[in-house]
Amino acid sequence: MKISILAFGIAKDIIGGTSLPLEVNEGLNVNELKELLGEKFPKFKELTSLMIAINNEYAMATDSINATDEIALIPPVSGG
Amino acid sequence: MIDIKLEADTIDVSECIRLVSSASCGGINVFVGTVRNHTKGKKVVALHFEAYELMAEKELNKIATTAMNLWPVENIIIRHRVGELTIGDVPVVIAVAAAHRAAAFDTCRYVIDSLKKTVPIVKKEIFDDGEVWVAAHP
Repeated sequence: MKISILAFGIAKDIIGGTSLPLEVNEGLNVNELKELLGEKFPKFKELTSLMIAINNEYAMATDSINATDEIALIPPVSGG
Repeated sequence: MIDIKLEADTIDVSECIRLVSSASCGGINVFVGTVRNHTKGKKVVALHFEAYELMAEKELNKIATTAMNLWPVENIIIRHRVGELTIGDVPVVIAVAAAHRAAAFDTCRYVIDSLKKTVPIVKKEIFDDGEVWVAAHP
């Protein structure tokens, strides 16, 4: 299935844009997506943390991803 | 009342105080964050904030709702800037109105501390000789 991943902050710098289209296996989970991204962009492995949000909520490692979900990369936060 | 907004322009602190006020409250506690001119001995020129906006507002709402359940407070206002800020600018304002001051103080601290941990907002420190995304690397 085709998904699109949104990025901001350092995640945007790493993928070189605000969104990344990706062809992935049906039923891919969050952990598998993170592994895939780490292989494609080794710089993600250097970050303090990398969270995935699905439909504007922090996702768990085993949550699966659907083609219609809004998926976003959340790098280490530093608001305030 | 909970009122949350990400702002592209200057945050009006007096407006926050006016909005949070209530006749039944005995006090208002306001936290105003300001951009500092140094970090770890290095001179900072500017800060650049980015947010994953809808989710940031959603997470801020969760924090304010939790605070309302923990302490007897009446109104909470949260404003956070996005974009480029220079020294002395205000990136964040938390204003809390409560019948009694202890709840207002506790809530204000809880909101700013939680904001820094969970809300998808990031900042880049800009120096004379480079820039770095804060907390990005161990």
